Amino acid sequence: MRTNLYFRRVAVIGAGLTLFKRRLLETPQELAWEASKKALDEAGLELKDIDCVVIGSAPDAFDGVHMKGEYLSHGSGGIRKMSSRVFVGGATGVMVPITAWYHVASGLCEKVLAVAEEKMSPARPHPQSVFRYIWDPIIEKPLNPNLIWIFAMEMHRYMHVNKITKEEIALVSVKNKKNALDNPYAQAAANITVDDVLKSEVLVWPVQLLDTSPVSDGAAAMVITSEDVARRYTDTPVWIEGVGWTLDNTEWTGRELAYPRYLEHAALMAYKMAGIERPNKEIDVIEPYDPFDYKELHHIEGLKIAKRGEATKLLKEGVFDKDGDIPSSPSGGLLGVGNPIAAAGLMKTISIYWQLKGTAGRMQVKKPVRTGLAQAWGDLMQASTVIVMRN
Amino acid sequence: MQKVGIVGVGWYGFRPNTREVSFREMMFEASTRAYADAGNINPRTDVDTFISCQEDFWEGIAIADEFAPDPLGGAMRPTMTVTGDGLQGILHGVMHILSGLSNVTVVESHAKPSDILTMKEIIDFAYDPIFGRIGAKNVHYLAGLDAVKYMKMRNARREDFAKVVVKNKRNGLKNPRASFASNLTENDVMNRDYVIYPLSDLDIAKFVDGAVVIVLASEEVARKFTDTPIWIEGIYSATDSTLELSSLGEAKYLKIASEKAYEMAKVNKKEIKAAFVDDTYSYKELQHVEALGLSDNAVADLREGEFEEGGKVAVNPLGGLLAEGRPLEVSGLSLLLDAIDYLKEGKAEKAVVASWRGVPTFTGAVAVVSR
Repeated sequence: MRTNLYFRRVAVIGAGLTLFKRRLLETPQELAWEASKKALDEAGLELKDIDCVVIGSAPDAFDGVHMKGEYLSHGSGGIRKMSSRVFVGGATGVMVPITAWYHVASGLCEKVLAVAEEKMSPARPHPQSVFRYIWDPIIEKPLNPNLIWIFAMEMHRYMHVNKITKEEIALVSVKNKKNALDNPYAQAAANITVDDVLKSEVLVWPVQLLDTSPVSDGAAAMVITSEDVARRYTDTPVWIEGVGWTLDNTEWTGRELAYPRYLEHAALMAYKMAGIERPNKEIDVIEPYDPFDYKELHHIEGLKIAKRGEATKLLKEGVFDKDGDIPSSPSGGLLGVGNPIAAAGLMKTISIYWQLKGTAGRMQVKKPVRTGLAQAWGDLMQASTVIVMRN
Repeated sequence: MQKVGIVGVGWYGFRPNTREVSFREMMFEASTRAYADAGNINPRTDVDTFISCQEDFWEGIAIADEFAPDPLGGAMRPTMTVTGDGLQGILHGVMHILSGLSNVTVVESHAKPSDILTMKEIIDFAYDPIFGRIGAKNVHYLAGLDAVKYMKMRNARREDFAKVVVKNKRNGLKNPRASFASNLTENDVMNRDYVIYPLSDLDIAKFVDGAVVIVLASEEVARKFTDTPIWIEGIYSATDSTLELSSLGEAKYLKIASEKAYEMAKVNKKEIKAAFVDDTYSYKELQHVEALGLSDNAVADLREGEFEEGGKVAVNPLGGLLAEGRPLEVSGLSLLLDAIDYLKEGKAEKAVVASWRGVPTFTGAVAVVSR
C-alpha cells in the first residue's frame, strides 16, 4: 500500500436501515430500496444524483438468485449507471463501504450509494443448509460439516488457549442484547443474564443458542461522497480514514484458531492508513463483528484493542460497556440486532457513523467520540474487513 | 484519468473441457504464467491487492470467495471478489491503484462450465424469482427477442448475422485460444437449424473452460516492470436495468459505459481502429459496435466490409467469443487478452474492449487500451 497524502478525502453523509427480522415479506429488491431511500433522505440527495452503486450481499443461495448483484441493482438504484457487487463472505458488509471508499478516492465517482442486503428466510429447510455448500467439494464436503461445528471448534480452542470460561464469554451476549434494547431496528434485544445463556439449548458444545446471533432478513445503505460534495450537503460529515482487509488461506483445518491473524493484518493496514499507532488509546468506539459472543472478544484481540487473551479481563472491568472507555457494539451488534450477513456488517459501519455524527439517539455512548471502527469477518474463518472513521 | 499499466498476463484452458485440472489448479496455472510474464514477481511480496471475479452459482460453492486466495498467492493479503465479469474486476483493480491503495494489483477470473451439469437451470436462477422465471424452455429466448428487435430497427437479415459468424470464426484461426475457429461460408451458417429464431447454433458462442490472470500496475511502477506495457486509459461499467425496464434492441449499458470510458481516456472515437466486443450472439457484435459509437449503422458497415482489418474499424480481428467460446465471467478478460495481443503485434495504437455479462443481464464494461 502506498501511504501518501494524496488520498482524496471520502465522507459518509447519510445512512439508512430496514428493520431486522426473522422473515420480512418484502422482496430483496424492496428491502434494498427501503434502506437506500432512507440513506438518500438522510443525505439530502436524490437517486439521480448518485453516480455509482456498490452492492454487497453474501451467498447468492440465501435469496435464491443467481447473479444477485444484477438482481439487486434495480432495487439499489443501480439503473443506467455503474453498479457492481463485491463479496468476501460474511465480511462483505464492511467491504461495501471500503469499496465505496475506493470508488470515490480513485476519482472515478463522486457520489456513491453503498447497499447491503440479505434475505436469509427463503432458504429451506433452514438457512444453515446453504452452508452445506461452502466447503471444499472434494476433501471436506463428504464429511457434511455444519458451520456451527467449526465455530464450536474455534470457540473451544479460544477458551482452551486463553483459559477463558463460558460464563465470561456469556457476558458479551448479555451486554449486546441489552444494548440492542435501545436500537429501534433490533430483532433479538433482551434483558438476559449469564445464567440464561448457560441454560439455553446446546447447539454444538460449547456453542449454545444464546451464544449465537439469529437468522435475519434486512438491508442497510450508506451514501459516501467526495469531500466537495460532502461539504455542500452537511456540516457534520464523517470521514473514512482507514480501510483494510485480508484473506487467510482456505485450509482452516491447518490454522491456529485461537487468534485471528488475518484480522490483525487487516487492522494494521487500516491503522497505517489512518495513522493510528496505539489502537487501544486512539479508538473511542468499536463495532467488532459478533455473530457469536466469543467472536467479539476474539476480534477485539485481533484488532489489538486488547492484548491476546485479555479481552475478557477488560470486558469484566466494564471497558466495553456503553458507558465504558471503549464501548463495543453499542448498537447491540449481531447478537442483539440480528445477522442478515452482509447487511449486518454495514449496519455496524452505520452504527459507528451515527455515533460519530452524534445522531445515534438512545444508542449514543456516554463518552465523547472522535474515532470509531467497524469490522466484519467471514468466509471459512479466514476473511476480515476493517474500516476506521473519524468525525 | 491517470494511466494504469498491464504488466503481466497469464491464461490457461480455453478448451471445452479441462478435465486435467480443478478450477483451483486452473487459477494456479494462469497466475503462475502471469507472474512469470510480469518478470517473475513474487505475489506474496510484490503484489498489493488481489481481485477474483466469479459467481457462486457458476462455481457450485456457496461462498466461492473462500477459494480465491491460495491459487493466486493472495493468502494473508488483501484479496476480494467482485461478482462480475473480469473486465469489471479490472475496473476495480484500476480503482485500487488510482485511490493509492495499491501499486500492483492482480485481477483473476476463471470459469469451468464443463463442471456444470444443469446450465439451463442455473441461468434460470438469474431471473427475478417473481416476475422473471417464466419457465421458458429455451435459455436463449431473451436473446432471440433482442435479436428480432434489432433486426427490425436496422432492417437486418439473417445473412448479416451469418457474415459476423464467418468473419469471427475465420479471424479466430490466428488465435491460439480459439477452440471454435474454422473456415465457414455464409451458407454453412444459413443451412443450420434455428436454436431460436433468428439464431442457429453457430450464431451462439459455446461455453469453454478458462482462467485468466492480469497484473496491473500504476503508471510509475509499470515502467519499472517493462518498457512496453499496455496502458488502460479509460474504463467504466454500467448497468441498464432489469429485464422489464431495459431497452431491448440496443445495448444501452455499453453506450453509457463507453461514453464515460472515452471521456476518461480523452480519446476521439475515430482514433479507435480495433474493437474487441462481446459476440456471445452474432447480432450482439453489431449491437455492441453501435453502442460503442464506432458505427451508426453496423449492418450497413458490415455489408461494406468495414469491420475487417483495414476497414473503418477491425471488429474482433482475433475471433471474439464466437471463435474462442464463452468462458462465463472470463469473457471480458478473454477479449482483453485479444486486444493486448493485437496491440503488441503493432497492428493498432488504441483498441476498445467491451464486455457483456450475458442473458439475462444488462451490464457491460468498456476499456480503452493503448500501446
